[in-house]
Amino acid sequence: MASTAEPEAKTDLDAFREEARAFLAENFPPELRGKGNLLSSVEEASEESPAEKAWRVAMGERGWGTPTWPKEYGGGGLTRQQARALEQEMAKVGAWNPIGGMGVMMLGPTLLEFASEEQKHEHIPPICKGEIRWCQGYSEPNAGSDLANLQTMAEDKGDHYLVNGQKTWTSGGQWADKCFCLVRTSRADKHKGISFLLIDMHAPGVEVKPIKMISGMSPFCETFFTDVAVPKENLVGEEGQGWTIGKRLLQHERTNLSGGGALASLNAQPLHKVAERYIGLGEDGKLADAELRVKIADFEMRWSAFLLTARRAMEESKAQGGVSDISSILKKAGTRLGQERAELMIEIMGYRGLGWEGEGFEEKELSGTRAWLFGKATTIYGGSTEIQNNIIAKRILGMLDHQ
Amino acid sequence: MAVLNEEQEMLRDMAREWTKNEHPVGAWRKVRDAGEPFDADAWGAMAEMGWAGIIIPEAHGGSDFGWLSLGLVVEELGKSLAASPLIASALAASAIALGGSEDQKTEYLPRFASGELIGTLAFDESPRHTGLTASTSVHDGRLTGTKAFVHEASRAGLFVVLAQDGVYLVEKGQGMSLSRRAMVDMRDHAEIDFNGAPAHKLADGGSDLAQKILDRARVLTAAEMLGMCQAVFDTTLDYLKQRVQFNQVLSSFQALQHRMADLYTELEIARSAVEGGLQAIDSGFGVTEAAAVAKATANDALHHISREGVQLHGGIGMTDEYDVGFFLKRARVLEAAWGSSSHLRDAYAEMKAY
Repeated sequence: MASTAEPEAKTDLDAFREEARAFLAENFPPELRGKGNLLSSVEEASEESPAEKAWRVAMGERGWGTPTWPKEYGGGGLTRQQARALEQEMAKVGAWNPIGGMGVMMLGPTLLEFASEEQKHEHIPPICKGEIRWCQGYSEPNAGSDLANLQTMAEDKGDHYLVNGQKTWTSGGQWADKCFCLVRTSRADKHKGISFLLIDMHAPGVEVKPIKMISGMSPFCETFFTDVAVPKENLVGEEGQGWTIGKRLLQHERTNLSGGGALASLNAQPLHKVAERYIGLGEDGKLADAELRVKIADFEMRWSAFLLTARRAMEESKAQGGVSDISSILKKAGTRLGQERAELMIEIMGYRGLGWEGEGFEEKELSGTRAWLFGKATTIYGGSTEIQNNIIAKRILGMLDHQ
Repeated sequence: MAVLNEEQEMLRDMAREWTKNEHPVGAWRKVRDAGEPFDADAWGAMAEMGWAGIIIPEAHGGSDFGWLSLGLVVEELGKSLAASPLIASALAASAIALGGSEDQKTEYLPRFASGELIGTLAFDESPRHTGLTASTSVHDGRLTGTKAFVHEASRAGLFVVLAQDGVYLVEKGQGMSLSRRAMVDMRDHAEIDFNGAPAHKLADGGSDLAQKILDRARVLTAAEMLGMCQAVFDTTLDYLKQRVQFNQVLSSFQALQHRMADLYTELEIARSAVEGGLQAIDSGFGVTEAAAVAKATANDALHHISREGVQLHGGIGMTDEYDVGFFLKRARVLEAAWGSSSHLRDAYAEMKAY
């Protein structure tokens, strides 16, 4: 089924590949090879080395950290094929994308769809350059799964809103420059009273308190707004449109949460390799613990079917030009498997998989413990598994609520 | 659903329309009640539409559309439990395409492509699939051994038989006797006693020919199971939307919504695994591993969905009048075929050397 246009398209793509290779040769510092992007929202911000900064700036200037976003807002303006080629060329030399975080994963795509021209020009370029860290102001103490119950008020004061209230589980709030926030502009209607507002985290009246988690880490914060003045031009969309915009952003979040989990584990060693080291093979060449061997095989096979599903969701979405139905199962299935993997790691490593700190443990073992504990959050945040089940039942399967 | 080309979409739509209009589950019910292995007219129609030749090279009378294409048809047939020798015959044909001499290909493949000849694999010798081991032996071109639970056996004209030293073709005729094995799925199974049957080796397939055939058997069986998963899921969802208790349709109960969400997740992951297996055969890359994943995933999904299908239908799900029980019975037979999930997990670990 080769189309006649293909040879020419291939030539263009080859030319682009050369351009990408040349750019990487010139700009990617070899000492960063395979180091990966540490600029994750759930880990502490580590100080950026000069090489890391140079790499981020180079990618940001080119817009290639957000390869398919429009050029006029600082994106790369690449076609999907070109973006894929870039990804492949980067993988070949061990390069990674230094531009990330919530601005890229969630806010950017949402602004592209809903924001005014002025807002796009103001907020998207710094995201493409990795200059601004965004955090998400959604959950509140009494608005978790029932998100629309949120109470943080934005009172109309003519040229600005006066914001009062409390957000919680603000990922990376202590390091963020700005916050995309769901606020209440009216008490008259639960859903239509919600608006989508961009708030400066350095503004007077914003206070952030990290929350210490069972993992010992503090990736989340409580955020307090006390009489915070927010200019009206920071309202995205119309007043009362926040629920629609906010939900669309959550779709991006879900896709990324499951995808992110998948990517993280792709780089990790296969479970059976870890087991070979900790448990060893018997004389028959099989893992010495027969039951664990079966559990590992079961996990690895299901993991491989999940990766095929993630790939299929991507291909379908591309072909349909919209989010495919099965994207709705990725978060639920991916996070569940991620947790199973972490539990199996502990089972494989025994006591050494439960070290908290200090001597007697390898660095990898200690970070495994923390990852296991942190991983419990994945089926709770970003819409818990139970909420995902509600979404699948209602939106995909058409099962309606009690009347 | 994998992204298809135009040819594949047409093929799938044709299979879907035909199955829905000409061969729904009701057709299988008639075949069963008549005590036939399958509806010969329906098999004729399938062959007429070219389905018997989908994986046979054009030079030998097929269309060479590939395994994903065949899988699409098999899935549609699985939805209505259409009894046919399509899978068994395609596997026998693929064995010859992979390992036959030019003469063997010329002799058999066109007859497979036209549907005139039916073939089947005779590999397993015990009630559980235990891999590629066989005690069946061949001396001076005569094959001797007993093969257990051979699918579509009674109408097959050619048997592809696993022996100690390779894979052989045995034509129906002297030196063999068939004993029917009536199983819960009411399909055409038999034990076959070969006693000095004339046999010809498939000599050109390399040392892993039997594995290649087994991989294809796993994936194609998984494709039928995928169709069954989809059908049971769809009818169960329809039922929950119609059945009223406590003045509410059952589908409004959250306890049932979450169970259906779980089944939907399993169904879609099974779809990815099966399509991944079919695509692996077409590309020739990582086939054995992909086939094990496809079959194990389909096994587990169909096991769960067929159980829940009966449970969620309540009492009527237990009646012969309702279709859902047919799927439960066929499901267990296919779960046992070419490797249970526990066998496949062991095989997978072995592939990865742990």
